[in-house]
Formats: sequence, structure tokens, C-alpha cells
Amino acid sequence: MASNSKPATRKAAIVGGNRIPFARSNSTYAQASNQDMLTATIDGLVARFGLQGKQVGEVVAGAVLKHARDFNLTRESVLGSKLDPATPAYDVQQACGTGLEAAILVANKIALGQIESGIAGGVDTTSDAPLAVGDDLRRILISLNSAKTLQDRLKAIAKIRPGMIAPEIPRNAEPRTGLAMGEHAQLTAHEWEIGREEQDELTVRSHQFMAAAYDQGFFDDLVTPFLGLTRDQNLRPDSSAEKLAKLKPVFGRALPEGAEATMTAGNSTPLTDGASAVLLASDEWAEEQGLPVLAHLVDAQTAAVDYVHGGEGLLMAPVYAVPKMLARNGLTLQDFDFYEIHEAFASTVLATMKAWEDPAYCKEKLGLDAPLGSIDRSKLNVHGSSLAAGHPFAATGGRIVASLAKTLHAAGPGKRGLISICAAGGQGVVAILES
Amino acid sequence: MADWYTNFANSGFGTTLTKQLGLPRPAVLRRYEPGEPLLPGPVIIGSAGQGRLRDTVAAVLRDADVTVLSPVAADGSNDGEKLGAVVLDATGLTTPADLASAHDFLAPAIKRLRPSGRVLILADPPQDADSPAQAAARQAIDGLVRSIGKELLNGSTANAVYVPEGAEASVASPLKFFLSGRSAYVDGQLLAVSPADVPTGEDAAKPLAGKVAVVTGAARGIGAAIAKVMARDGAHVVAVDIPAAGESLATVANEIGGTAFQLDITASDAPQRLIEHLRERHGGVDVIVHNAGITRDKLLVNMDAARWNSVMAVNLQAQLDITQALLDDGEVLKPGARVVCVSSQSGIAGNRGQTNYAASKAGVIGMVRAWAPQFAERNATINAVAPGFIVTEMTAKMPIGTREVGSRINSLQQGGLPVDVAETIAWLSQPGSAGVNGQTVRVCGQSMLGA
Repeated sequence: MASNSKPATRKAAIVGGNRIPFARSNSTYAQASNQDMLTATIDGLVARFGLQGKQVGEVVAGAVLKHARDFNLTRESVLGSKLDPATPAYDVQQACGTGLEAAILVANKIALGQIESGIAGGVDTTSDAPLAVGDDLRRILISLNSAKTLQDRLKAIAKIRPGMIAPEIPRNAEPRTGLAMGEHAQLTAHEWEIGREEQDELTVRSHQFMAAAYDQGFFDDLVTPFLGLTRDQNLRPDSSAEKLAKLKPVFGRALPEGAEATMTAGNSTPLTDGASAVLLASDEWAEEQGLPVLAHLVDAQTAAVDYVHGGEGLLMAPVYAVPKMLARNGLTLQDFDFYEIHEAFASTVLATMKAWEDPAYCKEKLGLDAPLGSIDRSKLNVHGSSLAAGHPFAATGGRIVASLAKTLHAAGPGKRGLISICAAGGQGVVAILES
Repeated sequence: MADWYTNFANSGFGTTLTKQLGLPRPAVLRRYEPGEPLLPGPVIIGSAGQGRLRDTVAAVLRDADVTVLSPVAADGSNDGEKLGAVVLDATGLTTPADLASAHDFLAPAIKRLRPSGRVLILADPPQDADSPAQAAARQAIDGLVRSIGKELLNGSTANAVYVPEGAEASVASPLKFFLSGRSAYVDGQLLAVSPADVPTGEDAAKPLAGKVAVVTGAARGIGAAIAKVMARDGAHVVAVDIPAAGESLATVANEIGGTAFQLDITASDAPQRLIEHLRERHGGVDVIVHNAGITRDKLLVNMDAARWNSVMAVNLQAQLDITQALLDDGEVLKPGARVVCVSSQSGIAGNRGQTNYAASKAGVIGMVRAWAPQFAERNATINAVAPGFIVTEMTAKMPIGTREVGSRINSLQQGGLPVDVAETIAWLSQPGSAGVNGQTVRVCGQSMLGA
């Protein structure tokens, strides 16, 4: 007997988004916590779409750098927001893929008919970062806490040594290699022979495109100011290849002797604070609420690579994820009107595109008969990306999803966009949106 | 919320001191609170000559649960109870001699007014008079009501409404407004109504129920107050402000259950973006409140082009462009729409250092007057509100001397509050205010400036 209790799957609609301007680390948002930023971002979304006191099916968000107090971060943010307090929420974390993964999770539940609407978000602060005490001190403090007699307590305290007091500051490094993400990216740039000049060019383009988008009012319904910041702090409208050429490389200690270091503070994203949120829904829910449908989330894919022993670059996983998703949807890499490749580093975007163009790599590593080919650069990151905006890890996915959905909507119905986001741990999250 | 001096003057010691020194004695004004009756006491209605509005007025007020009393008898009976308001129907005036009966009615009645009482005179427009003598009698109301406004104490106000033949149905809405706490800071005004198709049966507690209202400059100050009052009266408010003010704009929208729409109204594509937004999200719009405004003060001789142009662009040109685009669109502006434009006392009286601002705000008055006939054809209205000295964050930054003088030189001897401006705008936005069109209503406590 056919079951009619479960609806057939449907495509989740992207209704719109909101983010706060991204701030450089230890600057405007230095005193703001993950919860402060996520709550403000949700409230901005609530104001934009009139969701005060309303319940959405689920709120899904996460942060990469979390305090112990960030327990139940998303639910706590919902409780502090103007949404109906009876709105369920949960946290996710997939490094820099967190924001997009959250959107995929919400979209999938909508697709299955489990919820009618949801908010996907992400937040990160590198300013209000958690400091941990060393394991030695931590163990002593735990035994001190559980000690029952004064004698036991004194015994525990007596074990503390001055050297233990120094806190452990979170580092932007891979636990298994000890190398910063930038060092990994520099190795990949070297392997793919990505030059300094082309990285700087891509960087200038990102800044100029994003500045133009701000000037045209593109972000008027995507961004809500926070703590007096009205535009992304990292954005440099006057950025130029000449200025960038003057910067010294900041990575390259893992490069082979004599290899040129090409990555600078300019063509790499800086540490950033910020948050983003996206409102997703079924078409029916959007219509009931009188809200627009900008685009649909058509499909998504994750992949991971063995960057520890497998000889693959840390940030190359999206290269693997995209062909799988294309094959499933019967699409080629050229069947898109817009591409959003997250600019963790300019070199990452360039290496990703070069890999897709490389017949040998596509055959040996991706198992493809022919390379995916090149993409039309004029369709790439048309409103700027992370090099200009900055990259608060978990907030980037939401920024991209909302901006791309708006871009597709403005271009008319039937337009298709590809999102590709690399993440720590050798992971990648990719997705297709369609207007 | 009153200012520090009003609080002081109404305290025990303050009362004694201000009385003995002959200092201003501003009253704490009666302001509208949802659920409260229209008037705290009965109203007395009198006539000068054979008025034609008396029965209409009595019926409207009884409908609003107001006790209506007959005029004071010659023997002084019926003079015990304190009055909430005194209404004079002066539509029967034929010669100046008839004014004596106005005096006979008003003098004993006004003595019985409670604090924050109301005097309202209804008259025919002088320009419609049959004879010079009749025109003189009608015009005399002007001087009469303005003088009463200056004589009244304890937060009471006096206003007049000019009602031409055929505009009888237009009286109800201004009548209720002027008698209620919504008009707390509207004093010494002469409002002209016109014949109109006036809808009836609106919910007194939620007169804007089901309406979509755009308020520009809604992130703070007077704009935020307008958004709150419109929402209180039942409207869904689309709160508009520049993107840089988005944080407080979102706070306002969330507080009132409205929506935030970040838009630089001076951008060339702003009218189109606003129209698209209203069409897509709300299927149209019922009320537009052009409140956004900026000041860039400088003496004319020292003023650069940037100061002049930016003030004109925000305060006047954006109002023109958005309104014109709405009219041209033909669909998004719903039937019976209301447009309310914020002008300023500076636009009436002028102000040193504000040539650009005053010019833009005077322009607004001309704009609504010129557009009124076109709006009337659509059963719509366009009006302006000209605030006087309103206590805001902006005035709080003025030097104390300037601020105190500015706030005292009016009949109510105090500055108004943003909510006073908001109440007037919300009233003009009501469906029942169909007969008020092309007018500029001052919210100034009968300021001496520009009067």
C-alpha cells in the first residue's frame, strides 16, 4: 500500500538572509560573544521578515571556536531573540563548512516535509576566543573541585607549578600536522604553481566587486549594522595590485628549499568576527507569510581528503565533492550562471579551478574520463567574497548562500549557482542553488 | 514623560515658587492612552446663529460615549460639572453682530474647563461667504480662537475647523482628534476640511487595522515614535531608514512587530526598490509617512553646496520622487491611500542658520497643497505636519538657554514630545480623515514663531 503520510521530497526555498558586517579580529566586536552576535543576527533576520513571536521549524547554527559557555549556543541565542521561545534549535560544527552545512540540514528537513521553515546560521569570534588552561593544571583543578577534605584540597593546590598558569591560546593550526592552514595552502599553491600576481589580482577583484556591491545597495537587505559597524571592516575599496605587491609573504615555512612564498596578509583572509543567518522554507510557507522565494537549494555534497598521509592538499576536498554532485544532477561545470568559491586564500580558489582543468589530476584523483574544464571568470564571486569581507569561519556559508540566492533571483528564473567551501580537517561542502 | 521644568513646576515646592515668581507654569498634558475615554469629562455644545453642525457633532460624540450637555442657561443653571471640552458651532454666522452670542456661550463655558480641556470652534470658510460682512464674521473666528488658545491655562487648547457646505461628514474625524489626548500639543490651529467620501465604522481602538504603513526615518526620534503609534493603532509598519541606521531600525521593527527595510531614499532607484518591496511583500501600501529628514545648519553666506544639496535631496526631493513614483505606478498605492509629509516650524517661520532646511520644509507645504486635488480624485489624501519644538535627542544637545527659551515660547509653555507628532500623523492616516487634504497641521503648542 502506498504511503501518503509522508510528502514526496521538495526543494527548500531560500527566502533571504541577514548578517552583521564582519569585523577584523580584536576590533569592533572584541567584546561581543558568539551568542551576542548570533542573537543580533537572528534579530536582524526577524526584523527583515517580520518573524517577531513566530515559530520557525528549527534553527540550526554553529561556531568553530566555542567557549565552554557556548553550550547550546543556538538555542540560547533563539531564547534571547525575538523569535517564539518555543522554537527548537541545535548546534552543528564542520569547521568552515559549518554555515553551509547548517543550511543543507535545514533544507533537507524541509525537503522531507519534517519542517516548513528554518533558519541556518553561523558565528565566530577570534577576539572573544576561548582560552584553556593546560591539561596538567586542568586535572589539578578538577581534583581540587572534587576534594572532600581540607587536606586533600591543600594537596591538590600544592601540585600547581608556575609554569602551568600560562593559558593555551587556540591556534589556527591543524592538530594532526601542526601546520597553520595558511602553511597548508602555501604548499598547495606551490604544488599547483599558483603565482603571486594572479593571487593578488583575484584579491583586488574581490575588494572592488564587494565595494561596488555595497555602493549599489546590494547588501541593503543582506546586512544589518552591529555595534556601529556598517560595512565589512576588512573591505578596502582602494585595494590595488601595486599595494598588494608590496606585502611580504607570511606563510611558507613548510615549503621546500628555494621555493617562492606567495601568500601574504593581503591575499589570505584575516581572522574575523561575525555572524550570518539564512531563512529557508517550503514554497507554501513562504507564500503564506507573503515572503519571496529567491532560489531553491537543489543539491549538496560533502567530501574529505587525506591531507595527513594521502598527499592531497588540506583545502582540496571541494574539488572532489563537486564532480560527484554534478554527475548526480546531470550537469557539467559549465552549466552555471554564477560560481561562489570561498576565498579562504586567493590561492585556494585558483588551485581549485586549476585542478578541475587538469586532465591528469581529474583522471587519477577524481576518476573522471575528462577534466571538468574551466569556468567563466566573469561569473565567479561577482559581489566579492571572503578576501574582501573577511571570514568568520562558521558565518561564511550563510553569507554566501544569501548573497548567491539574491544574485540568482535578480538574474531571473532558472539561473543556477554553484557554492564551493573548503574547510579545516581536509573537508569540503558544496551545493547548487537555482532560481 | 515631561521635561524637568514641567516636573519641577508641578511639584509641591515648585508650584509655590513658580507662582510667586510669576514663572511659566507648564501643565502635564493629557495624552492619549489606549482604552481611555475620548474625554475625561462632558462636552458642552453651543451655537452662534443657526448652525448646521450641532446635531452632527452631538451624534458623533454620543457615539464615542461622551456625555453631551446643553448650553449654559442664562440663569446660570447647569454650571456645576467641570467640562472636558467646549464646542462652538459657528456655522450660522451672518454678520459680526452674531459673534456676541459666541462670546455669551464661550465665556462661562471656558471657566468650567478641566485641565487639558478643549475648545473647538466650527465655522464656514471665509472665502465662501456671501457678503463682506459674513466673511468678516467668519474670519473673526481666526483671531478669536488664537486668542483663546493664548488665554487658556492648565494644558488646555483651542482650535478651529473650517467646514464648507457639503463637508459635514468630514467633521467627525478632526472633532474626535482635537477633543482627544491625541492632540495634546496641537494648539491654536485652523484646519480646513473638504467634502469627501468618508468611510464609517472603523475600530476606534485600532483605526489603522489591516493597513500597511511605510515610515521613513524610523530608526530613531520622531520616526520611531511614528512607527510605534501607527503599530499601536493596528498598522503593519514597514520601517525604513538608511542602511547605516539598520541596527536601531531592526530594534524598532522588532519592538512593534513591523518589518525593517534599509534604503537610502535619495538613491536614484529608491522609489522603484520601495515599490517592488511593497508589491512583493505586502501587495501594496495604504500609508506613506515621509518623515526622514536631516539638518546641515550654516548661515547662508557660509553654506557650501554639499550642505544645501543633501538637505534638499533628503527633505524634499525624495518625498517628491517617491510620491510621484507611487502615483505613476497606479497599483501599489491602494485606494484611499494616505500620504503624510513631515514639514517643520522652520518651514513656516524660518530659522537662522537653516536656510536650506527651512526652504526644504516650506517646499513640503507647497507640495501637499498642490497635490491635494489629484489625491482627492483617488479618494486619497496628502497632508503635512509641521512640528514645533519637540524634545528629542537632537534638542537635548542644544545649549540649555536656547533649549529652555525654545521650549517655553508657546501657549503650553513646554516642548512637545515625539509622540505628539506621531499622534497627529496617525490621525491624518486614518480612513476617517478622508476630508482632511492638502493641509499642514502644526504640532507646536501654539508657538509664537511663524504664527
